[in-house]
Amino acid sequence: MDLTLKVWRQANAKENGRFVEYKVKGISSDASFLEMMDILNEQLVTEGQDPVAFDHDCREGICGACSMYINGRPHGPDKGTTTCQLHMRRFKDGDTITVEPWRAKPFPVIKDLVVDRSAFDDIIQAGGFVSVSTGGVPDANAIPIPKRKADLAMDAAACIGCGACVAACKNASAMLFVSAKVSQFALLPQGRVEARERVQNMVAKMDELGFGNCTNTYACEAACPKEISVANIARMNREYLAARVIAPND
Amino acid sequence: MTKLDAKIPKGPLSEKWTNYKTHQNLVNPANKRRLDIIVVGTGLAGAAAAASLGELGFNVMCFGIHDSPRRAHSIAAQGGINAAKNYPNDGDSIYRLFYDTIKGGDYRSREANVYRLAEVSNNIIDQCVAQGVPFAREYGGLLDNRSFGGAQVSRTFYARGQTGQQLLLGAYSALSKEVGKGTVKMYTRHELVDIVIIDGRARGVIMRDLVTGAIERYAAHAVVLATGGYGNVFFLSTNAMNSNGSAAWKAYRRGAFFANPCFTQIHPTCIPVHGEYQSKLTLMSESLRNDGRIWVPKEKEDAEKIRKGQLKPTDLPEEKRDYFLERRYPAFGNLVPRDVASRAAKERCDAGFGVGNTGLAVYLDFADAIKRLGKKVIEARYGNLFQMYEKIVDENPYETPMMIYPAVHYTMGGLWVDYELQTTIPGLFAAGEANFSDHGANRLGASALMQGLADGYFVLPYTLQNYLADQIRVPRISTQLPEFEAAEKEARAVINKLLSIQGKNTVDSYHKKLGLIMWDYVGMARNREGLRKAIDMIQELRADFWKNVKVPGTNEMLNPELEKAMRVADYLELGELMARDALMREESCGGHFREEYQTPDGEALRDDANFFFVGAWEFTGDNKEPALHKETLVYEYAEIKQRNYK
Repeated sequence: MDLTLKVWRQANAKENGRFVEYKVKGISSDASFLEMMDILNEQLVTEGQDPVAFDHDCREGICGACSMYINGRPHGPDKGTTTCQLHMRRFKDGDTITVEPWRAKPFPVIKDLVVDRSAFDDIIQAGGFVSVSTGGVPDANAIPIPKRKADLAMDAAACIGCGACVAACKNASAMLFVSAKVSQFALLPQGRVEARERVQNMVAKMDELGFGNCTNTYACEAACPKEISVANIARMNREYLAARVIAPND
Repeated sequence: MTKLDAKIPKGPLSEKWTNYKTHQNLVNPANKRRLDIIVVGTGLAGAAAAASLGELGFNVMCFGIHDSPRRAHSIAAQGGINAAKNYPNDGDSIYRLFYDTIKGGDYRSREANVYRLAEVSNNIIDQCVAQGVPFAREYGGLLDNRSFGGAQVSRTFYARGQTGQQLLLGAYSALSKEVGKGTVKMYTRHELVDIVIIDGRARGVIMRDLVTGAIERYAAHAVVLATGGYGNVFFLSTNAMNSNGSAAWKAYRRGAFFANPCFTQIHPTCIPVHGEYQSKLTLMSESLRNDGRIWVPKEKEDAEKIRKGQLKPTDLPEEKRDYFLERRYPAFGNLVPRDVASRAAKERCDAGFGVGNTGLAVYLDFADAIKRLGKKVIEARYGNLFQMYEKIVDENPYETPMMIYPAVHYTMGGLWVDYELQTTIPGLFAAGEANFSDHGANRLGASALMQGLADGYFVLPYTLQNYLADQIRVPRISTQLPEFEAAEKEARAVINKLLSIQGKNTVDSYHKKLGLIMWDYVGMARNREGLRKAIDMIQELRADFWKNVKVPGTNEMLNPELEKAMRVADYLELGELMARDALMREESCGGHFREEYQTPDGEALRDDANFFFVGAWEFTGDNKEPALHKETLVYEYAEIKQRNYK
């Protein structure tokens, strides 16, 4: 199929960006979206132009590197799918496709479609862990965990940290990302020990980094390639409330 | 010729590691703060090592090429992690895990290392659970296990089809905890461009900041490379796009020996190749072989009809199907090790029984399992894999059998290390897939995660201390020393050269050509003539690359084409070394299959009389033949047998 691409080009964080139109021809419907971008880049390099920079790595939907805003939606039209798992059979011959980077203040553009998501690492460093050092831990089966709880923790832990939730949110809120990590640990006995400090520290860091507030539109859940549930946000709010208001000295 | 000393501790196999730990040198807490360690890589081995060393009080600098340490390629491992817990009470033990790994590696790994790996495997599971890794559990709340290739017990722990993700996020959380505390300084989007050697010891690295292009110097008392494998030399592999062998290659060029480079794992269950524009191959977890049955049509005519789309696989009656793994290997059936399964699939396809429009695919069929267990159970076990398959192939694997074909997945070869995981350069350590140590000629499923975490959490924190104990009087090393100056200058020269060629061919075009040479001649089946041809072809391609490659842009910018060019330049040398190693090893073992050396029924024929050694190569200069050093393997405990999965 032949396509027209409107791609956001921006040399670096300081310069202004703009859309540039490109044509690609003879794209197979079995190609992935990123393979189509590879073809565009081969074309640009051959013509002596600067290829489009974009983050990508595993191309299996698990590393969370890819981050394109395609036709107004993070990761494109498919539900529960990362950009790298999006295939060209979802488009028609002659389509015009608009490709932008994540748009959120805490994720500044580095170049073209590449943004800086280190704010997510900062939030994890503020409390997204259980404070155990290597060695000296109990036998793995010493702590039975109800399967139901372990499964819910796994649902939350499936987050790939891509930032689509922030990009989809009109407030650039990171609540879905933060609540997924808070929930994973809040649901497990290993994480309960520090639950109180964790939720407060992570929320404080999130606010400090300039992520917006949650207004319950659920745009984050709709855009999440791993379909992380907004129920995690409710759980985090409850954890936060318990830590700050209900029983702060408990 | 340097004599390779593996420094294996004395004593019976089961006491070696305990003996080592009891007698090793330690560093007191006040001195730890004054010692700097560089860890390159943030996958399981790198993140685990950086976190654990930070916890001990060392001053750690950790580098990764991604925008976040959480994106290292360990994240993509699907199936699981082995441990000798024997929770299912099915007869497992440390010795059995050790023995299965030695046998699975076709008797080309080092006994003492493998035993230690099996020994610490149980600690890994305990550690990960304590970190909050959500492993699969039974209804009683205890941990669940499943079986994997090459074993007759169920010893694999898993977190749905995302075990690597969950383990890496566990290690990443431990790393993040230390970064937050300030014991580890994290550098993201940094790529190693050289290693600095001073007075024969590794004392630092030259890094390129991938965002600004700045060439930076970092000094330390010891350097750890945990930079993964080099499977992407084949262009098409299951590795992530940015996975590369360049850090290990720089170490080789600076004097570290490279061991068994030809030992490559071709994984049997991957989604077949579909087009020239294809950028990578997708693995379908080995765990699928627990319930899926592998087959091709019994008759060539049926295979041809299927290829032409005139016959549907679901319409082919049972008696006209050839479940070739079950037929050839009744004892292990569909759960034979990866090398055996891959070769058997290739043999059927080469003989004309392959399916799919290219004829390079076999079926992995779940119809029986769905009948036996119900769709729900299958969905719970493999749902995400089935979904991924459907996304890529556009076929529903619940209704029609999956098509699979072998693809490059893992490299058992890597930097030669001794028992302490130290390379032949003092102070330079290698961990995880970047070293060669534990998997011999073939790695068993669910053992890569085990090795990465074993090296990072439980081996390096001890062995590095032993090395650093006599470094406590060495003051912080200055990056102004002439060795840093020289290494930086060399790195800049390579970059400038690449940018100045401005030829007519893209970097990817060279990478694809190299990949085809490697796949055709240094892939699943190799022979003398083909390997010689491959060496010539690679040399020619390399010469052409340095004359005609086109790298756009400048150094002082985010320049992915330049990054790729630097990696491909190294692959063009590494590929040749792999071919040389394969040519030298005149036997078949594990993933290395030389067509000249096989049994009458097509099984790999080892030659223990002549090749019972680790082949370690020493760099002798550009375009010069490398020198081979042999570490003769000494087996005191495992009985060496012909591998038999029948």
